[in-house]
Amino acid sequence: MAMPHLQQPDPAHPLPQNDTLPEDDRDQPLYKTRDKVYPKRVSGYFRNLKWFALITLLAIYWIVPWLRWDRGASAPDQAVLIDMDMGRAYFFFIEIWPQEVYYITGLLILAAIGLFLATSLFGRIWCGYGCPQTVWTDLFMLVERHIQGDRNARMRLDKSPWTFEKIWKIGATHLSWLVIAAATGGAFVLYFNDAPKVIADIFTGHASLGVYVTIAFLTFSTYLLAGWAREQVCTYMCPWPRFQSAMLDDESMIVTYEGWRGEPRGPIKRKNLVRGEVPEVGHCIDCYACFNVCPTGIDIRDGLQMECIGCGLCIDACNEMMDKVGFPRDLVRFDSVQNSQLRAHGKATNIRILRPRTIFYSVILVLVASVMAFGLLNRTTLEVNVLRDRNPIFVTLSDGDVRNGYTLKVLNKEQAAKTYILQIEGLDASDFQVIGLTPNQDGTFSLDVAPDRVGSFRVFVAANPETLNSESTPFEFSVTDPEDNVRETYDTVFAGPK
Amino acid sequence: MSTHVEKDQVSGHETTGHEWDGIKELNTPLPSWWVYVFWATIVWSVGYWVVYPSWPTATSYLTGMFETTNRTQLHETMANVAAERAPYMERLAALDLDEIVNDSELLNFSMAGGKAVFAENCAPCHGTGGSGNPGFPSLQDDDWLWGGTLEAVNETVHVGVRWDANEDTRFNDMPAFGRDEILEREDINDVVQYVLAFTGRETDKAAANRGAGVFADNCASCHGEDAKGVQELGAPNLTDAIWLYGGDAATITETVNNSRGGVMPAWGGRLDEETIKMLTVYVHSLGGGQ
Repeated sequence: MAMPHLQQPDPAHPLPQNDTLPEDDRDQPLYKTRDKVYPKRVSGYFRNLKWFALITLLAIYWIVPWLRWDRGASAPDQAVLIDMDMGRAYFFFIEIWPQEVYYITGLLILAAIGLFLATSLFGRIWCGYGCPQTVWTDLFMLVERHIQGDRNARMRLDKSPWTFEKIWKIGATHLSWLVIAAATGGAFVLYFNDAPKVIADIFTGHASLGVYVTIAFLTFSTYLLAGWAREQVCTYMCPWPRFQSAMLDDESMIVTYEGWRGEPRGPIKRKNLVRGEVPEVGHCIDCYACFNVCPTGIDIRDGLQMECIGCGLCIDACNEMMDKVGFPRDLVRFDSVQNSQLRAHGKATNIRILRPRTIFYSVILVLVASVMAFGLLNRTTLEVNVLRDRNPIFVTLSDGDVRNGYTLKVLNKEQAAKTYILQIEGLDASDFQVIGLTPNQDGTFSLDVAPDRVGSFRVFVAANPETLNSESTPFEFSVTDPEDNVRETYDTVFAGPK
Repeated sequence: MSTHVEKDQVSGHETTGHEWDGIKELNTPLPSWWVYVFWATIVWSVGYWVVYPSWPTATSYLTGMFETTNRTQLHETMANVAAERAPYMERLAALDLDEIVNDSELLNFSMAGGKAVFAENCAPCHGTGGSGNPGFPSLQDDDWLWGGTLEAVNETVHVGVRWDANEDTRFNDMPAFGRDEILEREDINDVVQYVLAFTGRETDKAAANRGAGVFADNCASCHGEDAKGVQELGAPNLTDAIWLYGGDAATITETVNNSRGGVMPAWGGRLDEETIKMLTVYVHSLGGGQ
């Protein structure tokens, strides 16, 4: 093929100017403007489920920091607390030190696999019921509806000019949102501080700057995400809808519209009903009730869509209409795609919980949970770390012996004061001392460590270079808790001249 | 110059009149938000002049409304730190060194404080952590020229060693036996062999035996009859394994020939009493304290 020649500008035929471009290419907005969603009030089974989830989850969020759990005098009595200053995380009977942060990783893995499992079984129930974005948006919509009225009233209000009534209603809505948002941000800091104390500090102006900044940030983000952004968070910001389809199959329970029964859709003629004639149209009466209640503003009759959060409110709305017109319920129903097709052909439906996919997720879930439970149950209450001096590697003493210095960190993870026995094993030491302590009669040392604290000890070990085989002789520090008969060792080396 | 400004038809912007190969440069205006930010920064700077120190005057400078400067902030921070430390410092001033060491809280405070002071003032010669350098003693071992008790260390830090500006400074002066022709070459060789014999390293037994007399006449007055040194005089022990300048025959010969005389500044007056106490406790804890 010949190289195309660059086209030279031809004065007789200038390049197309803006007004000569085709209609479609001109004035195209780069971003889609949002179609504001006005969800209508609905009642029914799924709405009740959603209320239940909302109340339960919000109650957990706001009540948990106030639960107390007695751990003795040496630790805070808040049941759930992440104590940044002290570097401890408490969850009822569990206490985590910073180096055990892998438990958090385990929790996150459990949460992810749990989400996969729930999705493969029941579709996006997390999105529809459990996600904070859904819960707080639902709460904000409740407030909005109480002040401004239902769907039609809100649409009218938005279109109306700025009258006193509109200013009052919109203002009151936003003010209420801000109050809820502030309570949300305020409750978040309770998980990181002693709740009763920090609440008092917040209102008297004595809390730290970090507390105020956190509250301000979360107030702002809650107000923005639940008040303004709403379904856009799910559609544009959240990655989950984009790959949820990887967890779904034909047997996953999702919100589906039974097209075989509903189509062809069309408005119903009351007189036909009154006469008892069978309508020529499908059961869908095209009333848009499902669309009107949808919190993300989609039409479920278009099939499973990325925007659908699987909350099932359209099912409630449709059932209400079906009851009114006397058609069978569940034209929109919570069922699998496979069952929907089986029903279309008049066959028996079934729900298979155990499928390769769900079994796979469950096995991983149980596996990770077991590892974590094993780890927690066998969590050591005593840990020893040894830092060997490197500057210098060894010190020559006046009698010709060499001495090594060590810093011993003894972690007492129990809520009780402990006395541990320290000894060295595997080294022919000519001297062994702990700064500030006198040795026991058998040459060991008793180390006192306060409850839930790290004890730090300077240890010096000396040996005659003649007795050392190499410039680096391995040996170990052994720390024993005589009460519980727990023993921890730490392998280290003794350095000497070449 | 042409007064006609050509407009680009596609973008609607004016051209600058520059043209290369038929391509004309557009005079695209800055985005309006950028211009607004630019003006806002100018307005902001006026406020900044009022609040913070800004313009110089003939003899001084405008201090700003709150007289907030990095310097005053530093002073405030330092004052806050000093206030936090004050209770410890008062107790450090009031208590003896022994009492400080036996108070675990003050011991910890002194160890931490002393470590910082050591790193700032002592580490250049004695090495980080007091591990020593050739000619500068290790403070981690158990061999002390001027004594390793808390009191002795405290005194040495105060007065220094061979520090002329301090009247009470630790002082001694080993003669340069070779350079000043006090001893003959052979005598020096003999006494070096004798000194090596203390640690079983002599190479010439006859010379070592001859050196005993030389040692008794010239060295024992400071280093002691048994050569174990005298701390009051700062004379080192010659029978142990620790040699400040090196313990081989050549280095010992050099020491006897030319003498040695390391210098340490007196820190009394340069560091306050509490700081010197912290430093003493830290040095004493390094492993060799007596």
